[in-house]
Amino acid sequence: METPLAYYLFVGAVLFVSGIVCMATKRNGIAVLMGVELVLNGANVNFVAFAHYTPLGLDGQIVSLFVIVLAAAEAAVALAIALNFYNNHQTIDVDRGDKLRG
Amino acid sequence: METGWQAAGDLETTMIPSLAEATIRSFLDGAIGNAGWASLLAAVVHVALVAGFFGVPAGIFIWAERKISARIQDRLGPTRVGGRFGWLQAPADGLKLLQKEDLAPKAADQILFPMAPYIVVVSSLAAFMFLPFSDGWIAVSLDIGLYLMLAVMSLEVIGVILAGYSSGSKWALFGAMREAAQMVSYEIPMAICVVIPVVAAGSLNLNEIGALQGGWLGNWLIFHDPFTFATFFVYFVCATASCKRAPFDLAEAESELVAGFLTEYSGFRWSFFFLAEYASMFAVCGIATLLFLGGWHTGIPGLDESVQGLRGSSASWPLSWLANVLGFGVFFVKSSLLVCVQIWVRWTLPRLRIDQVMMTCLKYLVPISCTLFLGAVIWPLVLSATTGKTTLLGEPLGERAAPALEIQADTTMTGREGDLP
Amino acid sequence: MSNQPLFWIFALLTCGGAVGVVISQNIVRMAFSLIVSLGSTAGLFFLLEADFVGATQLLVYVGGTLVLLIFGVMLTASGPFQQIRVSPGETFLGAAVGLLLLSVIAFTVIDVEWDTLNAARTEASPGAESGNTARAIGLRLVGIPADHEIGVHEGRGGRTGYLLPFEIVSIHLLVVLVGAAYLARAKRRVADGSTGGEN
Repeated sequence: METPLAYYLFVGAVLFVSGIVCMATKRNGIAVLMGVELVLNGANVNFVAFAHYTPLGLDGQIVSLFVIVLAAAEAAVALAIALNFYNNHQTIDVDRGDKLRG
Repeated sequence: METGWQAAGDLETTMIPSLAEATIRSFLDGAIGNAGWASLLAAVVHVALVAGFFGVPAGIFIWAERKISARIQDRLGPTRVGGRFGWLQAPADGLKLLQKEDLAPKAADQILFPMAPYIVVVSSLAAFMFLPFSDGWIAVSLDIGLYLMLAVMSLEVIGVILAGYSSGSKWALFGAMREAAQMVSYEIPMAICVVIPVVAAGSLNLNEIGALQGGWLGNWLIFHDPFTFATFFVYFVCATASCKRAPFDLAEAESELVAGFLTEYSGFRWSFFFLAEYASMFAVCGIATLLFLGGWHTGIPGLDESVQGLRGSSASWPLSWLANVLGFGVFFVKSSLLVCVQIWVRWTLPRLRIDQVMMTCLKYLVPISCTLFLGAVIWPLVLSATTGKTTLLGEPLGERAAPALEIQADTTMTGREGDLP
Repeated sequence: MSNQPLFWIFALLTCGGAVGVVISQNIVRMAFSLIVSLGSTAGLFFLLEADFVGATQLLVYVGGTLVLLIFGVMLTASGPFQQIRVSPGETFLGAAVGLLLLSVIAFTVIDVEWDTLNAARTEASPGAESGNTARAIGLRLVGIPADHEIGVHEGRGGRTGYLLPFEIVSIHLLVVLVGAAYLARAKRRVADGSTGGEN
């Protein structure tokens, strides 16, 4: 018997919620980034699952490919920002970035 | 075998189609009577076979490295273990390392430190799933086999970084940083170099690429055009660097970093890194053999045809099995020669500095590989416009594709590039 | 062929890794959990017969993006295994909100009748069972639907492919690369302008 679609959606939901909680509670800038990656992956699981389980065809897979590539780009820029932040504040704690200056 | 290229890339294991599929599974089906357990056991057998392909060549190369390095330095190397030539040296080394105490420094991360060697070994082992050792002798035959193989091998760097970071030692951390920078950078020219023969062959399936190169020596993709010829050497440099072999072994540069990311490892965990290094040397050389050097073909049609003839009668599996073993022999000899070149280079050239390593990659190898890629794409067009042929040596790939891949007679011919009219 | 046991293994690893990222306090262990989670997501993609997406996930995400992330971790950790504590109140609030959100999504997922979709698929795409989607994805990118889709989409008029998004993404990647390199470089010049770094 085949795995029901709902199971995959649930896995995607767990990834998504973990990512949201991670983004909300972590104070380390890199950890916030990891939360973003988790959210994107939760979305990806849903895209690919729907591509497999519905007659929509391969579009879901193509969209998830775009998501993967854009996530890589996002991570590169965010890391460059994080490094700059670290250089300016000597910490990666995002709560310390509360002064409105470079 | 079903028809169409879907069958060739079925996720089912197709290793030793005649032996595994017909013999092992049916035997197990009969003996156990439960298809689920039978396929599980067949999977275990396949894993054992792949692990054999992973471990045995690695052991041979560890011995070869000792012998070759000794000869280069005017020594004898191991002579006594196992009688002559010291051929039991590698197992003896393994046995010795097995008995050593499994140490972890106090400052090390107690979960990640023991875990790191497994990541390295598993990613290196997983690469062998997608490597065809002979025609059809492949654990998982996929349409994107080469892509997946490179993907799995790129995971090795994560194990190395975790090893370096979790050791709690500055030497290890330095080694890991260098390693991360080096491996991630060298993946770029390596991937571009791999794409060039793929464009020529029109397939990412390693088995198909290997099967395309039958016939005379000129059919090997390295002789396909001048650009693939140059690409082979660029690929080989990148592959050497991605295996962190000398002169690119900055990650474990013993003269500056004690042993880099390996500093805090001892005993069996250390030997895991070692095993993975030699296994991935074999893997990248196997890719080079398949992509450029004709895979399991000898380059002499008569020999290949007689080997292929053994395979003709699928009813008698010992004969086709023998054909596969012969094919594997040819493949192994070619790959081993490349590995020996890597060993030779290691004991001949001095180590580069880290900035030189990065400069070689980013300033030279990346532009060179991009230029080669452009050239390799334009070459068949120029050639067909001027001479009306698409290859200088050998028959055009399209003519070769038909007999080599008779199972895919009509579906894939349209998708084949490199032989434009 | 039953993939159910494999699904459970990969699903548990995926969810466990994701939860591990949230509850771990050590940034390197978080990174490791993330690797486990994303790696087993690739396994789920293989089970969903999306080989190409799975391989891309391994190559780009796990082998590229995460290595970059770990690199960032190394460069920004002021001490070994440095931790930034989160107060218990925040943790509790985060867990409560997270569980609430998860239960909302889970109930939604359970409520929908997915079987009708399933039935539609099996009629529409009998050939979509193999995981060799590389060629089909390539054709789809340039706007040619895979064989089994032609009938389904005829009513919708000519659907364009994804070539324009693809090109935009590639330009975007180039811009990002240059931008990231510039961002990472500019600060270094400020930092060691006095000492005169070798770069």
